[in-house]
Order: sequence, then C-alpha cells, then structure tokens
Amino acid sequence: MFKPLDRNGIAARIAQDIPEGWFVNLGIGIPTTVSDFVPTEREVIFHAENGVIGIGPAPAPGSENPYLVNAGVQHITLRTGGAYVHHADSFAIARGGHLDLCVLGAFEVSETGDIANWARAADEPVKQVGGAMDLAVGAQRLWVAMEHNTKGRGESRIRRVCSYPLTAKGVVKRVYTDLAVLDVTPTGFVVRDMVPGLTFDALQERTEAKLLPAG
Amino acid sequence: MIDKFVSTRAEALAGIENGATVLLAGFGAGTPEHLVAGLIAQGAKDLTLVCNAGGRDDGPIADLLATERVRKLVCSFVRPASVAARLFTAGKLELEIVPQGTLAERIRAGGAGVQGFYTPTAADTLLAEGRETRVIGGRLCLLEYPIVGDVALIDAWQADRWGNLTHRDSARNFNPIMAMAAKLAIVQTAHVVKLGDIPPEHVHTAGVFVQRVLHVPV
Repeated sequence: MFKPLDRNGIAARIAQDIPEGWFVNLGIGIPTTVSDFVPTEREVIFHAENGVIGIGPAPAPGSENPYLVNAGVQHITLRTGGAYVHHADSFAIARGGHLDLCVLGAFEVSETGDIANWARAADEPVKQVGGAMDLAVGAQRLWVAMEHNTKGRGESRIRRVCSYPLTAKGVVKRVYTDLAVLDVTPTGFVVRDMVPGLTFDALQERTEAKLLPAG
Repeated sequence: MIDKFVSTRAEALAGIENGATVLLAGFGAGTPEHLVAGLIAQGAKDLTLVCNAGGRDDGPIADLLATERVRKLVCSFVRPASVAARLFTAGKLELEIVPQGTLAERIRAGGAGVQGFYTPTAADTLLAEGRETRVIGGRLCLLEYPIVGDVALIDAWQADRWGNLTHRDSARNFNPIMAMAAKLAIVQTAHVVKLGDIPPEHVHTAGVFVQRVLHVPV
C-alpha cells in the first residue's frame, strides 16, 4: 500500500530539490507554499511577479503591511536584502531568463513538456491568463506541481498530448505530483521518484503517457 | 515656477474625453482609488480601460465598470465571479486578454516610443491565432504592439511639485510605466514633500512623466 502526498507534501518534496543561491518564482496554488519548506538559512531568493525580490516568511497576524503583497495578493514580508522593481522590470526578470526556476500549477503536462494551466476549454468565455505564459517561456527551468489524477474521474494529468489549451510548448523540465517525480526527457517521462510503497506498474496504470524507469 | 499640484479631484480629472484610453495602475496595492472615484464622477464614457486584472464584485475597478462607461477592457485576467465577467457575458464589454508580462512590456514600449516587439510569450497558444509570428533565435515569437494611454491614473507614496514620485513597497507595480505611457499622468499621493526632499537616486518615477498631482492623505 502507498499513501499519496497531500498538497503540503508535494511542496515539501519540491523544496528538497532547490539549492542555495537559486532565484525562484512560485506560482499560485501548491507552488506558493514551497517557500515554507525551504529553511531560511538556505539562501534561496523568491520572486513575485508584481515586483518583489526576496519574499520573507508570512507576516504575523495583525502585522500585515497593506503595501506589500505577492502575485496572489496575499500579504507577505520582505527579507533583508530584498528589493522592489516595477512591473515591466519584474517581468523582464521572468522573460529575460533571470529566474533559475519557476514552479507552476497545471491542469496537464505532456510528454514533450507542454503545459496547460489557464483554461479548461478553448471557448471558455472568460480568460484567466495572468503571468503564466511569460513565466513558462522565460524561466531557465520550469517545474510543475499538481495532483497526478483529476479529483472526480481520476483521469491522468500526465498526458501524451495536452487536451486543454496550452500555456506554452516544450518548456516543462520536471513534474512533482502526489505520487511521483517525473522528468521530461527527449524520450518521454522518466520516473525519478515515487511515494513509498508505490510500484512502477501501479504508477503507469494511473498515467496516460508512457513512463520510463530511471536508467 | 513649475507646480503640478492641483487642489481638487475635479481639477485633477478635468478634460478626460469620451473615448479616452485610461491606464489604471495597481496590483493588490497601489491602486489610486480616489482618482477612480473621481473618474466615475467626471463622467467620461466609451472608455478603453487598461489594467492588470478585471477586478471583483466590488472595489474601484468593479465600480468603474458598473457605470457601463467602459467599452473595452484590456487586462491579463478576469475572474469568473466579477462585474467584468458579467458585463462581458451580457455583451456589454469588449475584452482583450494579454499575458501579464506582455501587458507590462507593451505599456513600457508605449512610454519608450518602441513601435512593436517580438516575444515568445503566448506564441504557441490560442492568443496567437491569426496574428503575425516569426522565428527569431530558433524560437517562435509573436508580434506585439505598444499601449499608449490618453490618461494614466497613478498612485504614489510621496510627490514633490515637479512630480517626482516614490511608491511604497509593492505598490510600485504598474505605476512608473503607466505614468510613462500616457499623455496625461494624474497622480494621487499620500504625502507631499518639498522639492529636493526625495534623494535624486531614490526617485522611482521622474517628474517628466507626470502632469498633475493631487494630495490624498492616507
């Protein structure tokens, strides 16, 4: 038997793989909580696309600064050494290749590294793009954090081809799910890690794309 | 003597014409709410509104949209539960959805006189359908055009009479670039300081980009 990771578990697993010195943007959802699992003595600099460089720990209740929010409009703090830039410079950081890593949530990822995370249908009337398309094409590395299967019908979010409208093509390097860590390689998804008790075959059963064992 | 301060909200917003393109700064913080209320009172209609997002059910953007005097909204996302989404669904509002970094860069380009640029952002997506792309450096890129405003509504923490500004913490966001990209940048500032009180190396938005300043104490 195996136990899937909860959302905090996925975030903590990602945090293990972020080395000191990286400059990192965390998307909304599971990725936002990754910074909670990076110990402050490990100097990782977190960026928020509304112009914050060096996000610190969450503020204590009652001490929120109304002028300081992250991209999800949650109150944050700035750590010593942090800086503010305007919105065009902040996205120059993302688009100009200055981020070592961006972690985004997604609906689906394909075996060629396509990501779909902004619409569930091409004809969705109201579009919610935000900054994901900029981050996805600009960061040095794009990792995705998401549940392996959909909640209701248990469909695989790890796909041969994405069925939802794309955010960007061929950009995802690694996917962290509640079941496994998968690398996107030229030959497809390679399984780097699985939760304890889960077998390769059981993971493949829950995955639409073909999986390859780590070599 | 150059003095960009005006004494009333009506004076700050005077002359905004029907059909104007209005750049509205703000991202969770740094929205010039008093000026938005002033624009609603001023009454200009048939507006194009450019801002980060389409707002919620209440708040300054929702209030402005609810007047139905905005013809077109240009922004990076619209929440399904919002005044903007309901007006769009009812056919009362045009929407142009722009990736947030492209939106910021189009505004910066507008302020800088750049007449177009190519970016990989959104080039492989639905947003690129029917539009001009080309491969540059081996990557598919999408042609984007600048955004220029007739008016920008700007929030500042400090201002002097030349219009030099500081913005507090993350309230900076779109404020400096929107001031640059509009013919008429109207500022609400929390604090008024004497000329020279902002150290020159700490000016976030230079006065050259600012036309009118209104003191709105916090």
